[in-house]
Amino acid sequence: MASLTIDKLTKSFGAVDVLKGIDLEIEDGGFLVLVGPSGCGKSTLLNCIAGLEKTTSGEIRIGDRNVEGLHPSKRDIAMVFQSYALYPNMTVRGNISFGMEIRGIAKADQDRAIQEVADMLQIGNLLDRKPSQLSGGQRQRVAMGRALVRHPQVFLFDEPLSNLDAKLRVDMRTEIKRLHSRMGTTIVYVTHDQIEALTLATKIAVLEAGYLQQFGTPDEIYNDPANMFVADFMGSPSMNLIEGRLTASADGLEVVIDSHDDRSISLPVPDSAAMRQHLDHSIVFGIRPEAMTDPDGADRTSSRVVTRDCYIEVSQPAGSDTFALTKLGGKECIARFRADARIELGSFSPVSFNMTKAVFFDPSTKERIR
Amino acid sequence: MSASSQDNALQTSGIMRAMIYALLIFFVIYYLLPLWIMIANSLKPLEEIHSGDMLAPPRSITFEPWRSAWSTTQVGVEATGLRPYFINSILMVVPAVVLSTFLGALNGYVLTKWQFRGANLVFGLMLLACFIPFQIVLIPMARILGMLGLAGTIPGLVMVHTIYGLGFTTLFFRNYYAAFPTELVRAAQIDGASFFQVFWRILVPSSGPIIVVTIIWQFTNVWNDFLFGASFSSYDSTPITVALNNLVNSSTGVKEYNVHFAGAILAALPTLIVYIVSGRYFVRGLMAGAVKG
Amino acid sequence: MRDRLQEWVPRIVLAPSFAAIVIFVYGFILYTGWLSLTDSRMLPNNEFIGLANYEKLFGLRHWNVALKNLFIFGTLYIVISSALGLFLAILLDQQIRNEGFIRTVYLYPMAISFIVTGVAWKWFLDPGIGLQNTMHQWGWQSFEFTWIKDRNLAIYTIVIAAIWQSSGYVMAMFLAGLRGVDNEVIKAAQVDGASGFLIYRRIIIPMMRPVFLSAFVVLTHLAIKSYDLIVAMTGGGPGRATEMPATFMYSYTFTRNQMGVGASSAIIMLIMIFSIIVPYLYSEIRAGRDKK
Repeated sequence: MASLTIDKLTKSFGAVDVLKGIDLEIEDGGFLVLVGPSGCGKSTLLNCIAGLEKTTSGEIRIGDRNVEGLHPSKRDIAMVFQSYALYPNMTVRGNISFGMEIRGIAKADQDRAIQEVADMLQIGNLLDRKPSQLSGGQRQRVAMGRALVRHPQVFLFDEPLSNLDAKLRVDMRTEIKRLHSRMGTTIVYVTHDQIEALTLATKIAVLEAGYLQQFGTPDEIYNDPANMFVADFMGSPSMNLIEGRLTASADGLEVVIDSHDDRSISLPVPDSAAMRQHLDHSIVFGIRPEAMTDPDGADRTSSRVVTRDCYIEVSQPAGSDTFALTKLGGKECIARFRADARIELGSFSPVSFNMTKAVFFDPSTKERIR
Repeated sequence: MSASSQDNALQTSGIMRAMIYALLIFFVIYYLLPLWIMIANSLKPLEEIHSGDMLAPPRSITFEPWRSAWSTTQVGVEATGLRPYFINSILMVVPAVVLSTFLGALNGYVLTKWQFRGANLVFGLMLLACFIPFQIVLIPMARILGMLGLAGTIPGLVMVHTIYGLGFTTLFFRNYYAAFPTELVRAAQIDGASFFQVFWRILVPSSGPIIVVTIIWQFTNVWNDFLFGASFSSYDSTPITVALNNLVNSSTGVKEYNVHFAGAILAALPTLIVYIVSGRYFVRGLMAGAVKG
Repeated sequence: MRDRLQEWVPRIVLAPSFAAIVIFVYGFILYTGWLSLTDSRMLPNNEFIGLANYEKLFGLRHWNVALKNLFIFGTLYIVISSALGLFLAILLDQQIRNEGFIRTVYLYPMAISFIVTGVAWKWFLDPGIGLQNTMHQWGWQSFEFTWIKDRNLAIYTIVIAAIWQSSGYVMAMFLAGLRGVDNEVIKAAQVDGASGFLIYRRIIIPMMRPVFLSAFVVLTHLAIKSYDLIVAMTGGGPGRATEMPATFMYSYTFTRNQMGVGASSAIIMLIMIFSIIVPYLYSEIRAGRDKK
C-alpha cells in the first residue's frame, strides 16, 4: 500500500492540451475519486497513472517512487476497466491467473491466490466459465478479482459501474466500499456520476476542461464548493444558482432577487470585506434544494432560517419528498418540501431558506466569494 | 450480407412473384452455363464435341480427357499433363498465403493498437498499394529477382505474391482490430504481457473469422494469378494458370477441347471448392476489398 | 532501458512490411517512371530522352486501338455490370426462397481465374464448335455468331465474359447496401402511399449512391487492369483488334523489346487508376474519420 502524489501533471495530444497542471495527493489507504463530465480529462489522468499514456510533463509518485517511464506492469498497480476487459478466449480462472503466469509465478501459488480472491468475491463456482457466459455483475466481480489477485499498491477503477443497471450499480457500490475498508488499499476511481463520487470517496477531485476545479473531502465538495462549476455539477438535483443584486440596508448586506410578477425578495448576506467589493453589483446566490423547504420542514438546528413568499409553478411528488418549482432571478429553482406539505400551485407560498447553507459566487469569474 | 430480416420486399401479386422467380432462374442458368459447358464437354470424346451440340449432356461418358489433362497431355514442350504445374501452384500458394496473412495480422495489430505518429500515412501508402496496375512493377521486379537469384523460381513468386498481398491483408486485419477493444490490450499490458504476448495470447485467439477471410482472399488471388506467373516463372516453376493458357493456346496439333475443359476445371477446382465450402468468408473478403474505412 | 526498447518493438515489427511496400511499390513506380524517360529497349539503359517515349506511344496505332478498346470495354462493362448487379440485387431482396443458393451461383465466377473463364467462353463463342454450331445442330441453319473472329466485334465478346464474371460481385455489393437501408424509412414511404416500384426508384436507389460509387471504382480499376481474360480469350486478336493497355504494355516490354514505350504505357495506366482511386480513398478515409 502506498500514497499517490501527482505534481504539475500536463498531457497534450498534439496541439490539444488535455490536462493542464494537475496537483493531487492521496494518502495511503485513501479513496480518491476523479469526477467530471465526459471529456474533462479524468480518464486520461487515470491512464497516465497506470502508465498507459505518456505524460507530457510533471511527476507521478507511487509511495516514494517516481514512476515516470515505467511500464504499466512495473508500477505495482491494478486496473478495473469500464468494459471489464475480460479476455474473451480465456476462462475466469485464466483471466485471473494470466498476469501471474506472465510473471512466472509457480502454479501452486497461482491456485492459492485464485482461491483466495474467488472466496472473497464469491465467484468460486464461475472459475471455469468463459466471460461470454457471465452476467454483467459477475463480469464486474471477475474484473475486480483479476485486479485483487495482484495485491497492488494502488487500485485504479475506470468507470467500473457505468455498464450495470441501476439496482446492481447500487449493490456493487456498497461492495466496493466494503472491499476498500477491508483491504485498506489506496484506490483511484474515475466516474462521471457525482453520487458515486460522494458515496465512495475519502477525497474527491473535480475536473473540468483539463483543470482541477476543486480537491477536497466529499463534505467540502458538497457544502463548500469552490466555484459555480463544482456547485452545479455535484448534487442531484443540482444547486440553485440564482442571480441577484447585493445591496446594503440597515440590517447589513442583502441580496435582492426578482421573483414573480415584478415582485422581489431579499435575503440576508453575511458581511465581509470580500463581499462588500460586490456592493451594488450582481452576485450569484447558491442554495441547495434541501435548504429551501416548507416552513414546517425547516432545519431547526440551523441558526439562520428566513422565510419568504415564493410563487410556486409546478410540484413534482417524488415519494419521500415533493419538489416545488419556483422562479427566482429569472431561473427555475427547485425547493425540497416534505412529502405531505400542502402546496398550492399558481400562488405565493412561504418558503424557508436555511441561510447557513447558502454560498455566493462572483458571476464574472464564477468563483466563490468568501 | 447478414441474414437479418428484411421488410423491403415489394407487396407483390402472385403473377409478379412468378416473374421474379422466372428471372432469377433464368440468371441461375446464365451463370451456370459456362460451368455446365466445361463439365459436360470434358466428359465427351472429341468426335462428339465436333459433331454435336455443345450444350447437350455427353452421350457416352469418358474420363479420358481428365486423365489426359492431369498427367499426359502436352503442355508446352513436354507431355506431362497439368500435374507438375498444379504442384507448382500449391508450392507457391501455401507459403505466400501464410506469410502475407501473418505479416498482415502483425501490421494490423501495430497500426491499431500501437498508434504512433505517422501511422495513418503508413497505412495510406499500404492501402494505395493495393490498387496499382501490376504492369508498373514488372520491369524492375524482373531485375530485382535476377539480382537476388530468384528469377524463374518458386521462392521468387512467393516473394512477389507476399509483397503485393500485404496491402490487402493489412487492410483486413487493421479494420478488424480497429473494432477490437483496446481496453483488453491495456489490461494485458498491466498484467505484464509484452508486445508479442498480447498478440499471441489476446488478439490471435479472437481473430478466427478474419484469418479465414484473409486466407481465402489470398489463396484465391494467388492461385488465380496469371500476370506474375507469366512474367516471372520458368518452365519448372510455371503455375497452373499459365500452364492452362499454354495448353489451350498452343498452336500445334489437334485442338483437344475436351482436354482443355478438363484442364480448366482442374485449375478452377481448388478455389471453387474453397468458395463452396466457405463462401460466406469469401464474400466478406470481397466486400472488405470494395468498401473501406 | 528495456521499457524503452519495448516502445520501439511495434515500429520494428512494421518496418519490414513498410520497407517492402516503399521499395517494391513506390520505388518501382519511380524506377518505371524513370525508364519511361529513357531510351531503354531490350534492357534498361539510362540514356535520358525526355518525353519522346510518350510522344511515340500516342503516335502508335496499337496504343490508340488499346485506348479505344479500353473505352468501349470499360463503358459497357461498368454500365451493364452495375445495372445487372442492381437488378439482380433487387430481385433477390424480395424474400426469395433459396436466396443463399441463388446468391452462391451468381457469385461463383469471382472465385475462378479469368484464364479458366476465358477458356470456357473462348470455345463457347467459337463458331466452329460453340454456340453457332449448336444452333445449327438444333436446326437453325442460318444462325450466325462469329463476333470472336470479327475484328470489329471481338471486343464485345470480352465484354460479355467480363460481365458474366463480375456482375455477381456487384450484385453482392448492392444487396449488402439494400440490406443496410433503414426499414423505418421504407415503412414511412408506404404509409405515405408510395407503391413498391416507386419506393425503389425514389427512395432506396437514391440511398445506394455510396454503393454505386464503390462499384464504379472497383469496376473501373478492374477494367483498366484487364489482362488475363484477353490473353485467354483472344490473345489480343484477331490481329491486334482486342489489344488493351495491359496487353500492350506486356507485349511492347517483353516481346517487342521496346521497354521505354512499355514503361510509359504502364505509367499512363497508373495515372488512370490513381486519378479514380486516390480521390475515392481520400473521401472514404475522411468519411471514416468523421464517423468517429
